[in-house]
Amino acid sequence: MNPQPRLVALRHNVFKKNDLLARGLRSRFQQAGVHVISLVSSPGSGKTAFLEKMLTTMRPQFRVAALVGDLATENDAARLARSQAPVRQIITGTVCHLEAEMVQHALEGWDLRDLDFLFIENVGNLVCPASYDLGEELRIVLLSVTEGEDKPLKYPTIFNSADVAVITKSDLAVATEFDWAAAESNIQSVRPGIQTFRLSAKTGDGMAAFIAFVQSRRSAAIASA
Amino acid sequence: MHELSIALSIIEGVSEEVQRLGGVQVTSVHLKLGSLSGVVKDSLLFSYQLACEGTPLEGSELVVEETPAIVHCPLCDADQVLTTVQHFRCPQCGAPTPEVLSGREVEVVAMEMIS
Repeated sequence: MNPQPRLVALRHNVFKKNDLLARGLRSRFQQAGVHVISLVSSPGSGKTAFLEKMLTTMRPQFRVAALVGDLATENDAARLARSQAPVRQIITGTVCHLEAEMVQHALEGWDLRDLDFLFIENVGNLVCPASYDLGEELRIVLLSVTEGEDKPLKYPTIFNSADVAVITKSDLAVATEFDWAAAESNIQSVRPGIQTFRLSAKTGDGMAAFIAFVQSRRSAAIASA
Repeated sequence: MHELSIALSIIEGVSEEVQRLGGVQVTSVHLKLGSLSGVVKDSLLFSYQLACEGTPLEGSELVVEETPAIVHCPLCDADQVLTTVQHFRCPQCGAPTPEVLSGREVEVVAMEMIS
């Protein structure tokens, strides 16, 4: 007689390992007093230009640093290093997103108490990074005006996982006939109530308002700690 | 595509259980996959077959149950099932529903085995 298969109940969260590491990182960041901000977007939406501008503008006033994830090349780290802020590249190889373990590894040897802000630029990808908590305090999703207004509806999961949305390359909005109202309505559709900023890293337009926003988030986090 | 690493993580978790029980043959693994998990079912099924080769789970089937996102409607003061993740609105009254109660899960819930 063939033995009958029997069903055994299990409870295994597939992201458990990453979630636990991310939780550990988050408490390390809080203890060190560093405000950690991650950036997600599709490739070419202007993450690196935006981050370079953020680092350059904030550096005289704050201790800022960045981790930058890419499948290959250290080009982004080289670009960001022009800001004079400490920057480390994470080469993910074939992996299309950052995981908490990669962040933990990249931070080895850094004293986090020496930092006010740490930016983590994820691999350009609007799908996979949504599933991985990196221990960040704030996740920014970027959308450039050259990508079209319906990106949020095509990639709802990542927009829903973000805390704030930034529409970049606003200097090109007229040339691309970008429909601001449609884009913002689509963002609200997949993430009701999310705060949205419009800016251009090239002209600097809107950067001051965004920097004021992250400063206020950091102050609020310190006050509630 | 991150489904391969997710498949490997499923196999790792279930293999530990198989090792603990000793000498069992797994015929299927049952998974709950939330509509906000960011994981594509077909890619995951494909990756699972590849990743199983040479492991104690070789030959087993991955059975995926897709689970919808559940949100809380502040106006109805009730939990509602989202019919689409493009529109976070209450299917009853149309109010925006920022509060997500579930839908991100990727969880192994059972396995079928022959001992």
